Amino acid sequence: MAQFTLPKNSKVQQGQTFPLNGEVKRKKTLQVYRWDPDSGANPRVDSYEVDLDKCGQMVLDALIHIKNEIDSTLTFRRSCREGICGSCAMNIDGVNTLACTRVISDIRSDIKVYPLPHTQVVKDLVPDLSHFYAQYAAIKPWMQTGSTPPEDSERVQSKVDREKLDGLYECILCACCSTSCPSYWWNSDRYLGPAILLQAYRWIIDSRDENTETRLDELQDPFSLYRCHTIMNCTNTCPKGLNPAKAIAETKKLLAKKML
Amino acid sequence: MTNSHTPLSPFMQYRPQLTSVLSILHRITGVILSAGAILLSCWLVSIAAGEETYALVSRHLSAWYGQAFIIGFVFTLYFHLCNGVRHLLWDLGVGLEISTTYRSGYAVVIAAILLTVITVCAGGMA
Repeated sequence: MAQFTLPKNSKVQQGQTFPLNGEVKRKKTLQVYRWDPDSGANPRVDSYEVDLDKCGQMVLDALIHIKNEIDSTLTFRRSCREGICGSCAMNIDGVNTLACTRVISDIRSDIKVYPLPHTQVVKDLVPDLSHFYAQYAAIKPWMQTGSTPPEDSERVQSKVDREKLDGLYECILCACCSTSCPSYWWNSDRYLGPAILLQAYRWIIDSRDENTETRLDELQDPFSLYRCHTIMNCTNTCPKGLNPAKAIAETKKLLAKKML
Repeated sequence: MTNSHTPLSPFMQYRPQLTSVLSILHRITGVILSAGAILLSCWLVSIAAGEETYALVSRHLSAWYGQAFIIGFVFTLYFHLCNGVRHLLWDLGVGLEISTTYRSGYAVVIAAILLTVITVCAGGMA
């Protein structure tokens, strides 16, 4: 059954405010979700005023500015700062995205920064993604073959077959889509979620993979795949512009064909 | 997976979007249609129960609240029908690009309103 409220220990309280002193021309307030595992207290939202003339243009720049100049206890993941590693995935202004590619000036109001929705929080903006990764491992995301590979060459693929992987191989597993999905919020114990299903489809339609039938069979239960109800939050939120909803629909079609 | 020591991050503040709003409306209208089907059978039973019962039910149904309910129910029916067709197309793999889902989403809302107006007008004339 869907649970709409947060558990007692997860209710968010009002936190501290870090105001800017003096005359500041371009000011922006970030409301950031904080939780310290050592304190034993409930999560809180701290407000930080940031001088936009002193930091870069992305939300990640503002977070780094806060950590460097205002409050060094703020904790978040980041690495590449150019939308390819997926580390800084978080909920910004109500929508999941990468902090490093979200432009501050696109957000008119105060910027609300939360961890990826419906995840167990490790600290501040850092969610526990171990279940997500375990689900990824469960679909065996590698090429499976039974035949002997051709001598003196790799397993080749036609241009047409290679093109089928476009829009799938670009996924960086940032978990923005899966944690935007209400169905995944409430069924993630058995539902694989959009990111993992997009990956599953990526191997199902790879012409070189020889385990297609088994891959499809493994999705044939009421939960793994069919908890997708085409809500489309996944495709709407993907920071790489991919379409997990379509990948899932195509997988459903393949399974339907297999059953007929 | 659930660790009682660590908090669960907030999720109900996720920004509603046309796609997700229509999705939840599809469910809600489905539930209303099931409940409405019971009321429809009550109306049929009232015919079988005799003149007096039927007159009583008719009086309530033709009162403003009864009419409002019927118009709402007609809209619910048309919305669920149109959006159901949208879902069928998706199941065929058609119209799953974001731009298309938004266009089909607005089309469903407009179609449901138009069909409701037409039905109400036709009902008024009859």
